[in-house]
This record gives sequence, C-alpha cells and structure tokens, in this order.
Amino acid sequence: MRAEAADRPDLPAKVEVDSLNFFYGAKRALEDISIRIKPNVVTAFIGPSGCGKSTFLRTLNRMNDIIPGTRVEGRVLIDNVDIYGSGMDVVHLRRRVGMVFQKSNPFPKSIFENIAYGLRVNGMAGSKSELAGRIEECLKQAAIWDEVKDRLDESALAMSGGQQQRLCIARALAIRPDIILMDEPASALDPIATQHIEELIYDLKQAYTIVIVTHNMQQAARVSDQTAFFWLGRLVEYDRTERIFTAPSEKLTEDYVTGRFG
Amino acid sequence: MERPVPHFREELEALQGRLLEMGGLAEERVRAAVQGLVSRDHDLVDQVLAGDEPVNELHIDVDSRCFRLLALHQPMASDLRVIVAAVKINTDLERVGDLAVNIAEASKRCLAHPPVKQLVDIPRMGEIAQTMLRDALDAYVKRDTTLARHVLNEDDHLDTLKTLVFRDLLAHMLRDQSTVEPALDLILIARHLERIGDHATNIAEDVIFMVSALDVRHHQPAPAED
Repeated sequence: MRAEAADRPDLPAKVEVDSLNFFYGAKRALEDISIRIKPNVVTAFIGPSGCGKSTFLRTLNRMNDIIPGTRVEGRVLIDNVDIYGSGMDVVHLRRRVGMVFQKSNPFPKSIFENIAYGLRVNGMAGSKSELAGRIEECLKQAAIWDEVKDRLDESALAMSGGQQQRLCIARALAIRPDIILMDEPASALDPIATQHIEELIYDLKQAYTIVIVTHNMQQAARVSDQTAFFWLGRLVEYDRTERIFTAPSEKLTEDYVTGRFG
Repeated sequence: MERPVPHFREELEALQGRLLEMGGLAEERVRAAVQGLVSRDHDLVDQVLAGDEPVNELHIDVDSRCFRLLALHQPMASDLRVIVAAVKINTDLERVGDLAVNIAEASKRCLAHPPVKQLVDIPRMGEIAQTMLRDALDAYVKRDTTLARHVLNEDDHLDTLKTLVFRDLLAHMLRDQSTVEPALDLILIARHLERIGDHATNIAEDVIFMVSALDVRHHQPAPAED
C-alpha cells in the first residue's frame, strides 16, 4: 500500500502554513492559505495556470524574496520555526529546503563538479575520498549513478534532458535538505525520462518531504500521496490523492479533475 | 537508458496476488461443501456456512485496488485490460463463494434425510467445477489462452452431467415420494455446481480478452459478408 505516512494524522507537520497572503505589488496572488504538509510524504499542488501553485511553492523557501515588490502576510512554519520570522538565515533555509526547477539548469562544468560545488561552498566537501563518496551517494539516490559513473569528468551539458534533471536532483540532495520543492520537474521531458523522475520521487519520499507543482494532473495522481487543488489564488481542497481523484469533496475540484474547466 | 520498474507494476502484482488468494479460498469452499455432502459430514458443512467472510473481504479489497489503480495510473492497453479483467473476475469469484454457501445450505437440509442414493455424478460435477476454476485462474496467472479455451470446452461436460443428474433424481422422486425433499436439494446442488462452471467460463473468457483483446463471449459469429 502507498502513503503510509500520509495515513497517520498523528505525525507532526513538517511544514505548517497559517493564513498566508501573498502580493505582487497591489495584486493579491494568494489568499488566506492554510495547510499542513506531512513529513516523508509527496504532496502535489495542482490547478490551472495562474492559480498560484508555483507562487505558493516558492513561499516555502522564500524564493519569492528575490522578486521586487512582493510581500508576504501570515506564517510559514518549518519544524515549528517561522521562516519569515526575524533572524531567519535565508541561505540556511534554502539549504534545508532544496529546489528543482522546470528547466534543468546544470552548471557548465563536469558532472562531478556540479555536485562538488554545492558541497564545497557549504563547507561539506571533507577529504577527497569523502567528497567522492558523497557524490556517488547522491548520484545513486537520484538513480543516475549507473549511467554516469564512467564519465564523471564529462560536461553535464552533454547529458540528455532527463539525465540533466536527475543530476539537478542529485545536486539538490547533496547538501542534505529535509524538504525538496519541485516546480514542474518533468514538464520538459519525454515520457520515459518522466517515468524515471516519477519513480525517483516515489523512492525519495522515504528520506525526504517532497512538494511538487505539476500542471499534469495524471502525474500528480501517479506520484503523490496528498494533493492540494488551487484556484484563483485560493486553496480549494487538500486531501489524500486517492480521494481527490476518486471522490473530491468540492464541486470545483470535481470539475477540474474531470476536465470540465482549466 | 534502462527503464525503472514502476511501483505501478508492484501494485498490479499485489492485485493479482489478492485475486489468486480469493480464487483459492472460493475453490476450497466449493470442495468442502461437496465433500461435506458426500461424506455426510455436518461439521464440514457448518464450517462452509460460517466462513464466507474472508472471501467477502477480499471482494471489497480487490475492487478498491482496481478502482485506485484505474483512477491514479490511467492504465492503457494490456494494463487496462488486466485491471478490467480483475474487476470482472473478482465478481465471479465472489459469486462462487456465495454458491459454495448455497451448496452447504442445501446439503444441510439434505443431510436431515436418509441418503437418496449413492452419489456419483454430483461429486464428479464438483471435481470438474473445481478443476475449471483452478485452470481458469492458472490461465490468468500464466496468460495462457490455450488453457482458458480448454476451460470453455469443459463447461459442456458439466452441463451434460447436470442433465443426467436431473433425470436420475426425477426417476427416484417418481418411484419413492419420500425422496422428493432431499432429491430436490440434490438437484439444486447440481444446478449450483453448473453455475460455478459458468463463472469459471466467464473467468476464462476474461483471460482470453485480457491476453488477446479478443471477445469470445456469447459465441459471437464473425461479421457476415454480403
């Protein structure tokens, strides 16, 4: 059976969002969002374009801070600490809450260096053999080791799109985050590469809390344990994925998952 | 690039395991019900009457697994046929479980009377029905359409035996009115066993559809050529 952790309401929330509003200038993009995200579970955010799902994802590691004119109200607690509270070290936050983007973005360096870089700047490189060991471990976790182990010195840019994306996931895993945010991680990939990423997500939840934004409803159904449906900046429904796709409580959710709008 | 084994496949395997578990239970209950009748074993008959719950639980479990797999994985082609077949086979197996109870009920009534005759054809029917069920499930596991077609042929055998049993018991009833009640129950039992054969046939037809995407139900004729 899937979703063991998702079945346990007693588990404390890994991420707890309380009455969050988000503004781009005067425009309110997110309206009064409250949600509890459980640890070691894959949570999917779905909804039509412009519903706020990606904006909300980026509030979870303060990636929106870099966009001028944005403003946040409300609280985002990770392990009970408000990440918008005073004294929060944003660099440290983003180390704990890693991110994988829609378009894979490896550095124009070797496969090895792509992962070594993050470890070095975070002072986690250790000895030469420790560094090599850690890199192997991450590549294995990202299910790409067998494909690249004999060419670690080659440029990451020579890899296929699907491999580049898994390299980026390995890079995110290298600095040992607790949470991984994924923004449309497979939307630029072919079906087989997509299946690799989906299986990887399924395996990674043993060790990480994963939040994924996807415009592909079927993908959300396949990989996630919990699903949140967003519409016009509001969180309409949040429930077990099985429930959302077989018997949602809200008519709006029903209309969206049955393809009546969006 | 090697493709990973998707967790969907694991869930499909688990579904198949549950369905086979259910088939094994249903088959065993048919065996026990007939055995109880033939050896006039009241305890065995009572066990069948009391023990329908595990089959019913599996019925619900298999259905909900199919429902979830259809909803969450949007299966295509052979994967889709496997799950639709499982939904249908599940219903047939649950009915077989119910028929085992029906046989046990009729047996219980029958055992309240002296034996009508030495039972030969009914145990034979029981064996054929069980074999058909087992072969149909084997065909499902092995994706074996030859075995599935063999099951379809066996059904005629069972129908012939049922007709024999009817005639034979009718003769007994005409000769000796005191046999009417138990003989009627024996006729019912023969009818139930024949129905079990029909369910095994349905399963075999589903297997053929699952493997070859060929619908062989209702002896469909080839399209007429003008």
